[in-house]
Amino acid sequence: MKYMLLMQFSAATVDFPTIDTWTPEELRAHIGFMGETNRKLAADGEFVDAQGLAMPDTAKIVRSGANGAPVVTEGPFAETKEWVAGWWIVDCESPERAVEIAARVSAAPGPGGKPLNMPIEVRQVMSAPTEEL
Amino acid sequence: MTGLDPAAEDLLRELAPQVLGVLTRRFGDFAAAEDAVQEALLAAALQWPAEGLPDRPRGWLIQVAQRRMTEEVRSEQARRRREDRVAGQLPADHWAAPPADAEDAAGRDDTLLLLFLCCHPALSPAAAIALTLRSVGGLTTGQIADAFLVPEATMGQRISRAKQRIRSSGIPFRMPAPEDRPARLASVLHVLYLIFNEGYASSAGPDLQRVELSREAIRLTRALHSALPEHSEVTGLLALMLLNHARSRARTDGLGELVPLAEQDRSRWDTEAIAEGIALITAALPRGPVGPYQVQAAIAAVHDEAATAEETDWPQILALYGVLERLAPSPVVALNRVVATAMVHGPAVGLAELDALRDDGRLTGRHRPAVVRGYLLELSGDRAGAAEQYRAAARHTASLPERHHLTIRAARLAQPLD
Repeated sequence: MKYMLLMQFSAATVDFPTIDTWTPEELRAHIGFMGETNRKLAADGEFVDAQGLAMPDTAKIVRSGANGAPVVTEGPFAETKEWVAGWWIVDCESPERAVEIAARVSAAPGPGGKPLNMPIEVRQVMSAPTEEL
Repeated sequence: MTGLDPAAEDLLRELAPQVLGVLTRRFGDFAAAEDAVQEALLAAALQWPAEGLPDRPRGWLIQVAQRRMTEEVRSEQARRRREDRVAGQLPADHWAAPPADAEDAAGRDDTLLLLFLCCHPALSPAAAIALTLRSVGGLTTGQIADAFLVPEATMGQRISRAKQRIRSSGIPFRMPAPEDRPARLASVLHVLYLIFNEGYASSAGPDLQRVELSREAIRLTRALHSALPEHSEVTGLLALMLLNHARSRARTDGLGELVPLAEQDRSRWDTEAIAEGIALITAALPRGPVGPYQVQAAIAAVHDEAATAEETDWPQILALYGVLERLAPSPVVALNRVVATAMVHGPAVGLAELDALRDDGRLTGRHRPAVVRGYLLELSGDRAGAAEQYRAAARHTASLPERHHLTIRAARLAQPLD
């Protein structure tokens, strides 16, 4: 079963200082943890994909306008209170295991080496039916 | 190609472009030949493990591919018309085909022919890269897909769309006429350069496959160089690749994070590649005409020759960027020249030049100017200002390793000095 783990960044639900105030050692520990986690997931055969997203103020909102021509609204979006910072897609045996992985990545170290406990949204990826309908 | 041992796989990869070259020359239809060769490779992958390697693998592949192609040609009216047309265009002696496994000097010429064909003017650089890697590089669709982090089906589709586009463009799919060759050679060099950079500059994804792309680009450029040893820009490009590739081991640390040139452990550089690159560029430059690849190779050579970052001959690099800016002006070149200026005349002069560049609309919204400004501020002792620029740049780069690097650099500057 495939699950998408969305790293939600939300000013309202996290209580750690923004990343540009961390020390170099704290940053290295955080980055190292993320790399190690991905290597471990790959070694366990559960890794499908992991990507980070560019900052939300580089985002564009696109709507189809007259004649289908794109109408683009550029950031920054003042109302942005939470955004997706990146994702993992894992292929694991059970929903419990997906939750376990999410908890692990949520515990990535932050300032002072303390776990960040970031909120990770766990969503099952839709797939073909396993039995005939 | 499961079931094949690595040696047989290497052999197939080496033979595939040769077979494709022979068929393309013989039938004059690259797209159909490419399909036929893919089928022959598949047949080899299925049959060789069970039946053992044929005595003459190259002849075997040519025969199978040719049979596929003939079947194809016979089965379709349109194909027959095309065949007639091609037959009408070609001189009669072209049909006096050499025996399937003749040892002609074609291996070399075919690589060249295929490179020219794949870098067809109707194709986008991305499509030309994919087609080149499969047809000339002999990489499987799966390997190319892995390198570009897309599903194999997507890459397969991209390659067949590239072939369709060539067909419908109306531009004949054959070796370009002599007067068109210089322009086509320029796009061949550009595609090879892009393949190299895909492997060299991008640290995204499983790095092993990326390094393979750089190696492949070097191998193909080497082949081109041995076919056109007198062409100074071909030599320049090969030298440039070798001189940059020589540093690749030192470009990342144990965590896979970026290490900037000034901080690299130079004992990890590949001295053999450096020596070869320097010899190539030293021979090419006086021969002329001097082009952008040679100048870039010369700049890389100056960097590689310095035993420590401090010993870098910046005045020479600055002079070379001046030449490069006249030959091939671009915002990236202008920014790099600003850095060289600062290293020679001091950061204040560099910052003034950078201000002058602000009006260049091509740099708007790019993160590079902030990186350079941060570096120059750091050099001039403005730690807080530098940190702010690095943070701004980090927010706008789309490269994760670069974002990490810039964020850590800003954090280091924000700390009080010991």
